[in-house]
Amino acid sequence: MNTLKFQSQSVAKPYFIFALMLFTGQILFGLVMGLQYVVGDFLGDAIPFNVARMVHTNLLIVWLLFGFMGAAYYLVPEEAETELYSPKLAIALFWIFAAAGTLTILGYLLVPYSTLAHMTGNDILPTMGREFLEQPTITKIGIVVVCLGFLFNLGMTILKGRKTVINLVLITGLIGLAVFFLFSFYNPANIALDKLFWWFVVHLWVEGVWELIMGAILAFILIKVTGVDREVIEKWLYVIIAMALITGILGTGHHFYWLSTPEYWQWIGSIFSALEPLPFFAMVLYAFNMVNRRRREHPNKAATLWALGTAVMAFLGAGVWGFLHTLAPVNFYTHGTQITAAHGHMAFYGAYVMIVLTIISYAMPKLRGIGESSSPKAQVVEMWGFWLMTIAMVFITLFLTGAGILQVWLQRMPESAEALGFMATQDKLAIFYWLREAAGVVFMIGLLTYLANFLVDRKKVAVTSGMPDTSGLQTDT
Amino acid sequence: MHTTKEMPKTDHRENITESVERGKALWEDNNCIGCHTLIGEGAYFAPELGNVFYRRGAGNHETFKAFMNGWMKAQPLRIPGRRQMPQFNLNDQEIDDLADFLKFTAEMDVNSWPPNIEG
Repeated sequence: MNTLKFQSQSVAKPYFIFALMLFTGQILFGLVMGLQYVVGDFLGDAIPFNVARMVHTNLLIVWLLFGFMGAAYYLVPEEAETELYSPKLAIALFWIFAAAGTLTILGYLLVPYSTLAHMTGNDILPTMGREFLEQPTITKIGIVVVCLGFLFNLGMTILKGRKTVINLVLITGLIGLAVFFLFSFYNPANIALDKLFWWFVVHLWVEGVWELIMGAILAFILIKVTGVDREVIEKWLYVIIAMALITGILGTGHHFYWLSTPEYWQWIGSIFSALEPLPFFAMVLYAFNMVNRRRREHPNKAATLWALGTAVMAFLGAGVWGFLHTLAPVNFYTHGTQITAAHGHMAFYGAYVMIVLTIISYAMPKLRGIGESSSPKAQVVEMWGFWLMTIAMVFITLFLTGAGILQVWLQRMPESAEALGFMATQDKLAIFYWLREAAGVVFMIGLLTYLANFLVDRKKVAVTSGMPDTSGLQTDT
Repeated sequence: MHTTKEMPKTDHRENITESVERGKALWEDNNCIGCHTLIGEGAYFAPELGNVFYRRGAGNHETFKAFMNGWMKAQPLRIPGRRQMPQFNLNDQEIDDLADFLKFTAEMDVNSWPPNIEG
């Protein structure tokens, strides 16, 4: 059964599949690290904590990029009402990116990091060894090349087709993603400047341009599953991205409190980042409003659940948990504690993991040739995955928040003579870390349940892909 | 940008020597940020090092260098169940460079953070 509007949308499929494979790897390494928090020498020689963490965070970033790319290849042709400019380029870039990503991760795991730095010529253009930007310089150059090819392909598609607000917001976000990544090549000898511009990548990605990408994908899904007029959805999208940019850009100031930077950033950062929850709150109102005003009953209930879930969890994780420690007088005590880790986990899961899983949920049945939605049985399994992962993440966040509050109380609040040292404090937090690890195991069970939903309809795929009218499809490659 | 014009007054960049530069490169090439925080940023698995010059060196250059030399060479401590720092095989010169980088970082004016010596 041919369920794609444009055949070239099928290039999204390998991107989504590879993203989910990397996601599984990310969670596996998360469990290793979680255990190392309480059993300090667990796999200490084979996988030191810094390596496990690098793999955990880099897999997250890379699989989200695969997810965004898959989302763009899927929705841009449909919005533009034309085939993708070059499906071959999209497939070639997939293999280049997948190979570069795999080699980089293997490099992290198989050789000491300093050897990897030496092997890849980090002395010539040093960019490595900074949080989240650990990739060898050559990998970073590869990411830029892949992004340029990807943006060219999408740009040409948009130019020859219908220009919708969703496509324009999405491409703006993706161009911003590529442009801000260029700051990763700037690594001055002055650590204060290094940190200042490092935030131009890290903050302006996740609290800036990535929100445009999220907004565009969410708008696309809401139009599809609710049948509400495009004009209504677009108006909301405009309001949300305007709020996101105004609060997010000046909100960067909340990273400049303790950085050899002028003190006025404590005011600018506090005021504008206190407003950062607003666009996320608007997203919750908008998602629920659109679904309540729906003009059709879309058979893909799971996709609708993910769309509502991502709005709520992004608001809680990015909005509420971000606000908890964003005011300068609070941040003075919480900066760099487990409170930060709690916020990071729920914000990434709510905003970016869930939006990618939303579009995968919507697109996969079509990409696999199943139809508008997978079978009710598969959807039930998928929704079990949704609830297990989401509830597990809520508990991970709560346990880390508990650990963070106690850490602040023992280590940060007392005067120097009375304060407990870092390692002694960590010992006191062990119960929270054990509970976090248990919640992490539940998350993994949720992920495996989620993945199992793809097996439920596999016979349907086998039958439909054998039918004559799918012979031109690439969906089974 | 006004901020980057103001920063030379507080980051004390005039103190960046070749040794500090080499120390920063060693800090990066060994992925220290993968476990430690530096002025609150990094991983939260191992102690803050932005002020370790004061905590372990009492603000004295020679004391701190001696501490660093002993500490780096003693790793891994292999205390059962304790978080384990790897052995990075740095030579004496490299350990001194790293110490100089951490001293420079400690002496930057970062609006009185952290709240106390424990970081």
